[in-house]
Amino acid sequence: GCFVFKPSTKKRRLSDKTADDFRCTSNDSEDTELRFVTCQSLWNQIKSETEQIQENLNKQLLDNLVSFLSRSHSDFQEKTTEWTCRMKFREIPTAALVLGVNVTDHDLTFRGLSDVLQDNITPYVALLEAKDCPGIKNLMQKLMGQLMKCDIDVGSLEDEDCVQVSQNRIRCSMSSLISWYDSVTKKTDSETPSKKRNSSSRHWQSPPVVVIFKDMESFTTKVLQDFIVISSQHIHELPLVLIFGIATSPMIIHRLLPHSVSSLLCIELFQSVSCKEHLSTIIDKLLLTSRFPFKLGEKVLQVLINIFLYHDFSVQNFIKGFQLCIVEHFYSQPLSVLCCHLADIKKRVYSLSHDQCENIRRLPSFRRYVEKQESGKQIELLTNDSFLKEETEKLLEDLHVYHENYVQILRCLHVFTSSLPKYPLGKQIRELHCACLENRVWETEEYESSLQLARMLNKTDLVTMLRQCVEILMSSSGKEFDRTVEKLKEFLTQFQNLEEASQERDVSVSPQKELQKKTDLYHLQKTLLELKESRRSKKLTKFEMLRFEVVDYIDSLVRRYLVPADQRTLHEIVYFNGAAVVRGHLSAAPRTALHTALNSPHWYLKNQALTCDGGGISNKAPDICIVYKLHLECGRLINLMDWLEAFSTVVMAAEERNANAASSDQVDDVIHARFIRAVSELELLGFIKPSKQKTDHVARLTWGGC
Amino acid sequence: MPNLEHPAYPAADLLHLEGLVPCRESQVSMLLSIFGERQQFSFPSIFIYGHTSSGKTYVMKTLLTTLQLPHVFVNCVEYFTSRLLLEEILIQLQSCPSGTEQSSPVHCDTLNDFVRLFKQAVASQELQDQTLYIVLDRAEQLREMEANILPAFLRLQELTDRNVTVILLSEIVWELFRPNTGCFEPFTMYFPDYSIGHLQKILSQNHPPEYSADFYAAYINILLGVFYMVCRDLKELRHLAALNFAKYCEPVVRGEANERDTRKLWKNIEPHLKKAMKTVYLREISSSQWERLQHDGEEPGQLKGLSAHTHVELPYYSKFLLIAAYLASYNPVRTDKRFFLKHHGKIRKTNFMKKHEKTSNHLLGPKPFALDRLLAILYSIVDDRVAPTANIFSQITSLVTLQLLSVVGQNDQLDGPRYKCTVSLDFIRAIAR
Repeated sequence: GCFVFKPSTKKRRLSDKTADDFRCTSNDSEDTELRFVTCQSLWNQIKSETEQIQENLNKQLLDNLVSFLSRSHSDFQEKTTEWTCRMKFREIPTAALVLGVNVTDHDLTFRGLSDVLQDNITPYVALLEAKDCPGIKNLMQKLMGQLMKCDIDVGSLEDEDCVQVSQNRIRCSMSSLISWYDSVTKKTDSETPSKKRNSSSRHWQSPPVVVIFKDMESFTTKVLQDFIVISSQHIHELPLVLIFGIATSPMIIHRLLPHSVSSLLCIELFQSVSCKEHLSTIIDKLLLTSRFPFKLGEKVLQVLINIFLYHDFSVQNFIKGFQLCIVEHFYSQPLSVLCCHLADIKKRVYSLSHDQCENIRRLPSFRRYVEKQESGKQIELLTNDSFLKEETEKLLEDLHVYHENYVQILRCLHVFTSSLPKYPLGKQIRELHCACLENRVWETEEYESSLQLARMLNKTDLVTMLRQCVEILMSSSGKEFDRTVEKLKEFLTQFQNLEEASQERDVSVSPQKELQKKTDLYHLQKTLLELKESRRSKKLTKFEMLRFEVVDYIDSLVRRYLVPADQRTLHEIVYFNGAAVVRGHLSAAPRTALHTALNSPHWYLKNQALTCDGGGISNKAPDICIVYKLHLECGRLINLMDWLEAFSTVVMAAEERNANAASSDQVDDVIHARFIRAVSELELLGFIKPSKQKTDHVARLTWGGC
Repeated sequence: MPNLEHPAYPAADLLHLEGLVPCRESQVSMLLSIFGERQQFSFPSIFIYGHTSSGKTYVMKTLLTTLQLPHVFVNCVEYFTSRLLLEEILIQLQSCPSGTEQSSPVHCDTLNDFVRLFKQAVASQELQDQTLYIVLDRAEQLREMEANILPAFLRLQELTDRNVTVILLSEIVWELFRPNTGCFEPFTMYFPDYSIGHLQKILSQNHPPEYSADFYAAYINILLGVFYMVCRDLKELRHLAALNFAKYCEPVVRGEANERDTRKLWKNIEPHLKKAMKTVYLREISSSQWERLQHDGEEPGQLKGLSAHTHVELPYYSKFLLIAAYLASYNPVRTDKRFFLKHHGKIRKTNFMKKHEKTSNHLLGPKPFALDRLLAILYSIVDDRVAPTANIFSQITSLVTLQLLSVVGQNDQLDGPRYKCTVSLDFIRAIAR
């Protein structure tokens, strides 16, 4: 939730800033406004894109669920008279929805699900969470509350009736639910012919009541059992469908419900897309595309991916992290005004102020670029603003073209590397992307070994890969790759020819076939040796030559197009590289922060007087810091008296050096009080707790002098 | 076979009743003799117990409805609070003889109110001259309500001074009900399990109209041969019979065998039933899926059951946390130094294991451990350094919500929470791979 409000806080900060600095840098403030607008529009685009992606990914699942739900109670409506239906025990249709362990993402799925259900199947959908339902009573209350409210939504005209019901303090029992359901369905029945609203006609005459248990794992066994037993007795009157949201594995159903209860259910399993796949699609659609001008640097991307893989598996968090990057980039980089779509670049470049031009000149990548130019141009670039602008526009356009090519060639390379044994460059395209961003990929060992492996591919694989590459390159809009495509096609035809040629030559008996005839061990050895000899001396076959050629060609493409982004001029404008900032924001380390605060207070208090050399304890530090440092020196149990004495020694060290003689064994009351307060603060922070093992001792809850 | 006889009720009704409750004639006649004639006072409370689906509810319901005795039938699971329960009884009572009358809202919070309202209701419905039966199904729930509910129901006749009999139905014995303070002892009655012969008889009774009774009886015979070992639940068996009957008829429908060709039919159905026992019966696949498979003639092997999906995908550190939790739960604290420290010094081989530790720790179940110990083990089993970020701590919490870990002792959150690992060795093996 906290990230959602980020843009608005920025806005506030921005307005503050413009108010303060309005006089001196009026141009800059204009840019900030523009930056803010650009950032917002970019984020909105990305947001709608991600929502689209999610919708598409969940579509299959939702379709399956909808068809299940529509099937579930239709059986009963049609052939209730048949013998089997009479004999069969009527089970509650149940969908077990396995969603993966990233519980934070489930909300979105459930929201989508309930929307779809309300549109297509039934207006009666109730979402239950375990924390609202500690007992069956609460569950029924919650359920009835949600169902009856949704009734108000549909038939808003019948408000009086509903109000009356709620005034009665409805009895939370199944029978009142059933009577409610009867009245509601009867009402819609009588209304449908006359009403022109199609909402009720979209549903059938008796729409099922869908109850969704969001987090099955957290529900107590008793509540679930009771609810299922109760509802199974009334399934004839109330067409109920249950949906269990499961985070771990469907085995949990058997663990939570005994057989006597689970036999009342008719469970079907549905699985959502795995979150890793989800992430891959998101990365594919958001990062490996030239649609969005904003890019992530290698380190930042790595941080985000690591948080995902190592910690939470949550795609929502990944997207929020991405959002943070966008906001941070536009906030901290003044030149991010230029991080926009190609069409706007020209206008924006020419409206740059002198200060912004200076900013450009200060960019390290730009300075590198300048150094490479001849001296006359260097001077022009450094002194003439309009010349600089022209040049900048050109460079930015170059950068844009570079992206487009980069993505295509990256995909081609991925086609090759993803089919190699052991995946030296990674199985997923994101790993390859990171490797390419990090440094020159062709200089790495992994690349070398994957080329080696690629030189050993068999023909059918090679041909299919080449075909895929051709497809990828054809799909790109630019004309950049026309020649490449031609070249690849040429390779393909060569392979084709080779095949025909080899078919003709196939008549000659191969040495392997001879080998099979031999049974004698001695002869076998001999022929094997001969074979080996001949192979070593043998010239490369045509196919092998061609294979080498193909691999070399791919290699040349990689060297040409997959240059790491940070070697491109002006990459700072579109690439966000503040990995440390992102890490600091996204993976908070409360323990470390607390330790730093207590151990070296000057870090946060910014007071030089508090810096202490080595392990010494400054007496000017806050009391709690002194107490904390002293407690680090103790073992598991701390004697309070010793601690107090040490504390008073430290505190008195400066204050009463002159009045040393006056100090006796008695500790000053004030110091005593300060000590007590510091210790209780430490207890509140969870470092110590009172111990019953020894009198006047407290127990440490942390270990080591960390 | 004892024929049901009772002077108070017409013989035709009794005969009809006898047909409806096969294999329970003796219990019914016993009940009838306790009930006596309509106007006679009966025993104040009757406690009927028996195993799942031994016909308690069904017999009571049929008995009371066929003989048209005034009764109230309430399921205690459904009306989970005493207030709901009492109100439901009163509501049913209001519409008792006529059955159509719309009930006005009743408010009844305590038993005192109940007795008062009950008297009123009985008076208004003109039920004074015949015994009213209140049947409380799943009566074990009564024990969870207020302490006065159960004793009061047992002597409701005395409290209300009306002709009423309370019948409690339960799956557990009366001894587990008896409150500490003592109460009126009800008349207890046991419904024994149906034997295989009984099951055969009851199940064969409802044969489908298209086929002869003998044909269906033969089918039931085969079905019981397969399922009797694992399942004696009548409801479940009937459900299974209905599910698989179509398959049994297949050869007959196709004309490959006639109805008498039992051997052929047996060969056809037996493997099918065994498969059903492994899948549908355990609810590995649902009955509707099973029917669809049957309909399409596919092999059920293609459809994976619920327990086939045991694999749980976890984030990298969650896996390590879970493994660390497992180690902390099943290893004694003393061995930590030995297992997780690089230079742990010499181990004295002798007397290393204390006697009670020789029993496998897996038999003893997981032991609770402190958060710090978990983290210490985590740091030692993960190769690279792990920063103690909030992400790690939140993962522990999410493992708890996923029920892979459980918190021991709720109140100690701030000082030092203690956890238990609740997953099995197989699960740990699967994620450790």
